[in-house]
Amino acid sequence: MLGALTVLLVCQLIGTIIAHAAGWPIPGPVLGLVLLLGLLIWRRGPSPDVQATSQGLLRQMGLLFVPAGVGIVNQLHVIRTDALAIAVAIPVSTLLALGVTGGLMQWFARAER
Amino acid sequence: MSGAGGDFYHVWVYLQSGPQFGLLATLLVWQGATWLDRRTGHAAWSNPIMISIAVLAILLLATGTSYRAYFRGGQYVQFLLGPATVALAVPMYANLATMRRNLLPILIALGAGSVTASVSAMVLAHALGAPRDVVISMAAKSVTTPIAMGISQDLGGVPSLTAIFVLLTGVFGGLLCLPLFRLLRITDRRAQGLAGGTGAHGLATARLLLVSETAGAFGGLAIGLNGLVTAILAPLLVRWLGF
Repeated sequence: MLGALTVLLVCQLIGTIIAHAAGWPIPGPVLGLVLLLGLLIWRRGPSPDVQATSQGLLRQMGLLFVPAGVGIVNQLHVIRTDALAIAVAIPVSTLLALGVTGGLMQWFARAER
Repeated sequence: MSGAGGDFYHVWVYLQSGPQFGLLATLLVWQGATWLDRRTGHAAWSNPIMISIAVLAILLLATGTSYRAYFRGGQYVQFLLGPATVALAVPMYANLATMRRNLLPILIALGAGSVTASVSAMVLAHALGAPRDVVISMAAKSVTTPIAMGISQDLGGVPSLTAIFVLLTGVFGGLLCLPLFRLLRITDRRAQGLAGGTGAHGLATARLLLVSETAGAFGGLAIGLNGLVTAILAPLLVRWLGF
């Protein structure tokens, strides 16, 4: 588990260094994801350790969002002032994105046959 | 001099000055929320993330504890978001063969959905009078939280606000994805999964996983891919829209 966690952190570190050095507006962990994906392709799959640790982390992923979400206590004024904008923009944009992605993919799947 | 009440007060102040309070409160509330979620059979209203945030926020407000004091412990949990993001490569690798077979349709459908989500959210929020930082915080709202918060931070948004927007998107998308697919006659499981993962990340994917393994696999793939695509496109879209 510690070995796998080190692998994940090293990927994140290299990703962060590359993003900063190149001045790319991409978060370091996202580049770390690409690096690990490349590593997995090269090594033809994750080691049992990396597999288990990643699954463990991803299974508890919900917990990891909680501290940021609690930051809502400092944003209550924003939520109150812009309630209408938030209450419209979030549902409408979500339905549009679901419909556009699903509709296009369905169309491709049908054209395939 | 100080009675039992005074001693308790000193302990409380001491606990708040260190990481124990924030860390332990987060873990305890989370375990309570996941227990409730299991008890209710994963009902839509018992989303453990939403419940945990609500309980902790009320706890902070009720006890007059500052977010800074809470975050002294909360930061240790949040730190794991980085490695968790990297770990998304493992399920992506598992779906690599399926992805290669449908590469072009996936990239076109996902790219279109990603741009639709960002642009429509920002334009609507702007049109309804939201200030710039709220509009920017909307850009990555369909992306999985760790990536979304990173994108938001880099764009000059408010990561905490983005975390809330992402959560609202996920809860809403998880509730309405299947009825919407029925309405639009989107029956292909691959299309459903890709749409769920792109439009409403892990929460919609978790919902779709209950009806189909294929949809779940495509959802997992879409979560990671949409994170990448949005990280690349969002800065360009924000500049292009002039926000």
